[in-house]
Amino acid sequence: MITTLIYPIFSFIEKTLVITEFELRKLRHDFTELITRALQPALWMVIFGQVFAHSGVMHTGNIPYLDFIAPGILAQSVLFVAIFYGINVIWERDLGIVQKFLASPAPRAALVLGKGFSAGTRGLSQALIIYGLSLLLGVKLNWSPLALLNVMVTVMLAATLFSTFSLIIACIVKTRERFMGVGQVLTMPLFFASNAIYPTAIMPAWLRTISHLNPLTYVVDALRTFMLAGSVSSFGLGRDYAVILLTTIFLVIVGARMYPRLAT
Amino acid sequence: MSDSVLDIKALTRRFGTFTAVDALTLSVDAGKVFGLLGSNGAGKTTTIKMLTTLLPPTSGEAFVAGCSILTQTVGVRRAIGYVPQAVSVDGSLTGYENLLIFAKLYDLPHREQQKRIREALEFMGLSGDGGRLVGEYSGGMVRRLEIAQSTLHRPRVLFLDEPTVGLDPIARDAVWKHLMNLKASYGTTLFFTTHYLEEVDSYCDRIAIMHLGKMTALGTSRELKDSLGVGAPTLNDVFIHYAGTNLDSGGSFHDVTSERATAQRLG
Repeated sequence: MITTLIYPIFSFIEKTLVITEFELRKLRHDFTELITRALQPALWMVIFGQVFAHSGVMHTGNIPYLDFIAPGILAQSVLFVAIFYGINVIWERDLGIVQKFLASPAPRAALVLGKGFSAGTRGLSQALIIYGLSLLLGVKLNWSPLALLNVMVTVMLAATLFSTFSLIIACIVKTRERFMGVGQVLTMPLFFASNAIYPTAIMPAWLRTISHLNPLTYVVDALRTFMLAGSVSSFGLGRDYAVILLTTIFLVIVGARMYPRLAT
Repeated sequence: MSDSVLDIKALTRRFGTFTAVDALTLSVDAGKVFGLLGSNGAGKTTTIKMLTTLLPPTSGEAFVAGCSILTQTVGVRRAIGYVPQAVSVDGSLTGYENLLIFAKLYDLPHREQQKRIREALEFMGLSGDGGRLVGEYSGGMVRRLEIAQSTLHRPRVLFLDEPTVGLDPIARDAVWKHLMNLKASYGTTLFFTTHYLEEVDSYCDRIAIMHLGKMTALGTSRELKDSLGVGAPTLNDVFIHYAGTNLDSGGSFHDVTSERATAQRLG
């Protein structure tokens, strides 16, 4: 009885990690992507961040503005890495790779979650870059091992969440051209309707309401709490984790149901 | 007397009002080579997609290695290998890694994985190339790697959708030599689609010809030629007779683009 229950779970985790492993192997063969990805967060922190910190127009309480946006920029670059995962999936569909995976006995949800985790590891490389930039720019970081671990978990989950969201869109639109359009249309509102680069307190009421429905807001809140020394969560970490985790699970289930549509 | 490993009963697939496959019924014996012919858009790929559980049929039923494609999809997937028409190995991984990922996904025992991969590379004439990135392979090598990948778990039925499209004659011969070895060594049943009639003549035990979703002929190459009667009909004559001469029947823009893209990547 117990083995019949445990085996599928064990097998599911194993297959998920197999997919992740091979995504990472691809990255090892060609890691120029990781380097080019470092550019965008650097621009946001060094230019955008410096200018607004200097102008003093953003009121971020007792936290300096540059400190305030460091976690926001991390969340943003995780979002950007993850949201274009759909392109990758469509590419694999235009080749026959998706079809071949779908004709294998591996559980669909494992194929989807494995991709999500690999987005997560790319997200971790972004975290490394942001930490480096933060050090250079004098952001006061919280270096406790527990806080660092929580940052890693949050980044992994956030990347899984948004890459799975992206995969679902890919399953609907199916072509690269349409995906590029939809991807742009979704990414910017997700980013701007969040607390990534300004506090929700300065938003008009309607936008604040939307931002509270945006999972990115909770990702940023969790990251800000864990990353910065002396920062307090706006929503409570329990709520942050609950929103992120439940959304991720929901999206993976939906993604697993939609993924076979790519083969047709 | 061999058992049938593939039983298709009135298999039908509609897309809206268009019937891509219309009540297809046939069976294939274990260890045989079966060729499915037809012009572009005749329903060959749709048939293969249904048999590999990628596309649910609108009606009808099929059993692959004793498992129903409707209710026992995981059983079907364990029993089959599938080489899609498009290139299905990952160019940014090495040949070895492409095989390793499938060895793991198909639950090959850990002790056996390395041995099987080595054997598969050797079997497909790729022993020296396992460590190279697939992006550097030639078209024929890519196809052989795909076949190696799809047969690591020793499937009972191997589905191949136009396995030799876009390959030069030498590469085509090499692919077929390896496929026939596979059949001889492991008793694998081959079910494939193709446009190349001479392949069908040389390698197929039986042939079916499809036209606009319907099966219009079924038999050995000899039987089909004889069915035309007088003269000395070639398989070309048979094809024209059963698959129709309508030049405009063939395939959507999407089908044609993806086929050409495949040919380009392999060539």
